[in-house]
Amino acid sequence: MRVVVLGAGIVGAACARELARAGLAVTVLDRGGPAAATTAHGEGNVLVSDKGPGPELELARMSRRLWEEALAEAAGRSDADRVEWDPKGGIVVATTDAGARGLEEFAAGQRAAGVTVETLDAPGLAAAEPQVTRDFALAVHYPEDAQVQPVGAAAFLLGDALRAGAGLRTGVEVLGAVTRGGRITAVRTSAGTVEGDVFVNAAGPWSGAVAERLGAPVDVRPRRGEVLVTTPQPPTVFHKVYDADYVGAVGSGAEELQASAVVESTRAGTILLGSSRRRVGFDDRIRPEVLSVIAGKALRLFPRLAGVPVMRAYGGFRPYVPDHLPVIGPDPRLPGLWHATGHEGAGIGLSVGTGRVLADLLLGREPEIDAGPFRVDRPAVLFEGDDQ
Amino acid sequence: MSRNVVIVGAGPAGLAAAAAALRAGARVTLLDAAESPGGQYHRMLPEAFAAERPGRLHHGWAAFDRARRHVLGHPRCTWLAETSVWSLERRDPGDARPPRVHLVHGPDGAGRDRSVLDPDALVLATGAHDRVLPFPGWDLPGVFTAGAAQALAKGERLAVGDEVLVAGSGPFLLPVAASLLEAGSRVRGVLEANPAATVLRGWGARPRELASQPGKAAELAGYTALLARHRVPYRTGRAVIAARGDGRVEEAVTARLRADWSVVPGTERAVPVDAVCVTHGFSPQLELPLAAGCALRDGPEDGTAFVDVDDDQRTTAPGVHAAGEITGVAGAPAARAEGLLAGWLAGGGSPDAPELRAVRRRRDQGRAFARRLAAAHPVGDGWKSWLTPRTVVCRCEETTYGALCRAADDPAGGSDRAVRLGTRAGLGPCQARICGPAVAALLGGRVTRTATPHHRPVAQPIRLGELARPPKEGTP
Repeated sequence: MRVVVLGAGIVGAACARELARAGLAVTVLDRGGPAAATTAHGEGNVLVSDKGPGPELELARMSRRLWEEALAEAAGRSDADRVEWDPKGGIVVATTDAGARGLEEFAAGQRAAGVTVETLDAPGLAAAEPQVTRDFALAVHYPEDAQVQPVGAAAFLLGDALRAGAGLRTGVEVLGAVTRGGRITAVRTSAGTVEGDVFVNAAGPWSGAVAERLGAPVDVRPRRGEVLVTTPQPPTVFHKVYDADYVGAVGSGAEELQASAVVESTRAGTILLGSSRRRVGFDDRIRPEVLSVIAGKALRLFPRLAGVPVMRAYGGFRPYVPDHLPVIGPDPRLPGLWHATGHEGAGIGLSVGTGRVLADLLLGREPEIDAGPFRVDRPAVLFEGDDQ
Repeated sequence: MSRNVVIVGAGPAGLAAAAAALRAGARVTLLDAAESPGGQYHRMLPEAFAAERPGRLHHGWAAFDRARRHVLGHPRCTWLAETSVWSLERRDPGDARPPRVHLVHGPDGAGRDRSVLDPDALVLATGAHDRVLPFPGWDLPGVFTAGAAQALAKGERLAVGDEVLVAGSGPFLLPVAASLLEAGSRVRGVLEANPAATVLRGWGARPRELASQPGKAAELAGYTALLARHRVPYRTGRAVIAARGDGRVEEAVTARLRADWSVVPGTERAVPVDAVCVTHGFSPQLELPLAAGCALRDGPEDGTAFVDVDDDQRTTAPGVHAAGEITGVAGAPAARAEGLLAGWLAGGGSPDAPELRAVRRRRDQGRAFARRLAAAHPVGDGWKSWLTPRTVVCRCEETTYGALCRAADDPAGGSDRAVRLGTRAGLGPCQARICGPAVAALLGGRVTRTATPHHRPVAQPIRLGELARPPKEGTP
């Protein structure tokens, strides 16, 4: 079976890796270069803490295990080292009583679903994060949260795919589908026609546009986010620390700015400060007032960072689906077309699980988690619940 | 009502733009990160150093001083010293106004205030800084950019070393050597990397254009005489290809170069020095033009670019003019002519005003001069062969050439962005201002190009506390 993966971001790379290792003939196409768009503009989250009980949490827990397996298999390889896997754990801090009540309930649900959740008292929080605010209502530690360097992580997965025989073609833009008997048999691209038996749409925020060009539109839209980067600091922040509003902001579908503090260090010593969510199409302007809001929220969690210089800001687009669930599976309207998209801000973590589920479905194996909730023919994906 | 013109940068171009915009009747806000106007060209001594003859190291001091007093004392001019643009905010599509200008005021570390300006027209005159190519040992203490050495000599009267080699390419080598001599260094030599044939061919192609820059010719003659008086040898076709020393520079390795800057084997020579000053032309400061949405044009070498402007110094971004070294490296007289045009037109002056004819002529002569400069002092591709796998290419992050090559050759790596994120080249505190063009040149043709090295949406570092506080609207 010849599989053509459309998109060389981390989700496309993870799909290519699973399919190539299963012995399929895989070609990955990308309009730009590998891992150059959404993958290169995130923080590298591998999180369970921000997911309530349900299908996304199942996918996240499976993915986290698969990340560890993939890295264990590649131990000692330099490309595995460049993943910068850091199981640092996450700490969620509620600074208001209302926030604390919401967090307590959310954490109880996660605990019941099997997530490791530890409530921190004041000395516990101060020991875990000496610089964090002492003015808090509730703090919860999630030891399973991890972080990777996302571009290194994507290169690692794509490298595995290439080693297993996959091919990569960059600078190739998909323009349309060639169909025969109602089935997609090739894509027309800026570099000629590429034939295949199966086509996997893994174009992230551009999946909606790609699907439309192929004649089977899906409701995946861009959701803008910005991150501030400080100059390198001595060790200051030891976990991924975020405020309890974050889960609400992720779950919101609002167009206007949703911001909540997400603060963490990188191996290079910089501190990353997020996060914002806006639905502004593909408008890539960096807005100073958004950066200002992010800085203000971060200082509520870490007041002592007020003198730390921000040297860079970057923004990117998350692939957003109105019901906040990834889209993984065959498109019933166009046989031969599959989708692996819609991970919003969680694609780095969920990539490997997505690749596994997609390969299982494609090869007729039973996925280890229920893939039904990710199916393509659900109202949120096929515009049936459209509010526009 | 008169137009509000904001001018970023108070070097020769910005100051001329301010004078012309005032003359056109506009209200002008002139700002610069430095304490006083002048830019790199007319760098002034701090007042505390009030020297006897401040003008001795400066060319055209009297004219500059008159222009400065006229502009700064003008009732329609607001001068904002120690003010930086940290962000330019582009308008919505279809809105023809120039971007909003986000400022921070005051010396760093003092909890600076922010403000926002909404100009009717924006003139960018942000200038250029030294372009430096990496070579083995360039990260040792004692290796200076020629501009930094000159700034120390001119601004603080400090010599960077006792025994100094000045190397690189371009006419800037000469004033730098002169500044060092004035500051008391012994200059062991001035090395122009290009062979004499290239230099002569570049400058000699159209002698009429050189004759149109009489000030330049006299200035060069002055430097040449000074070097001769101090018995400083000037050599062409030779470069510093490595610096060595234990913890700081103790010797420089020079070598003869071919026209493409590759080393002629067997011509390496060690010269004992305690400082090396290098310059390989200039890198324009392009983050603000990029943030404003201005299109760039590629420069002569891989990784170099300048702001694209039309005959009226207009960029492709509505309401945004550009003047000076960001449009092409042509020296101060051309920068002044560009500034005059940009300021006059930004201020609402008529493009048909008769006195513009002479200004345009001077500007065109300046552009011709810039072309000759580029032809006489190209950067040869052979510099890449000076590097070893252990040569640091990004000083902030200590990324080596070897690491860069490994990342570029990774079949799953692919894009320049992926290489930068993977090796951290250009991601440190200088944000690729130093290494960006060199890294882009080293990656050229090896990886997919997806980004310019000049993209810096946060144009100047800003502290979190400063960023979190809301700005004041309008001029402070």
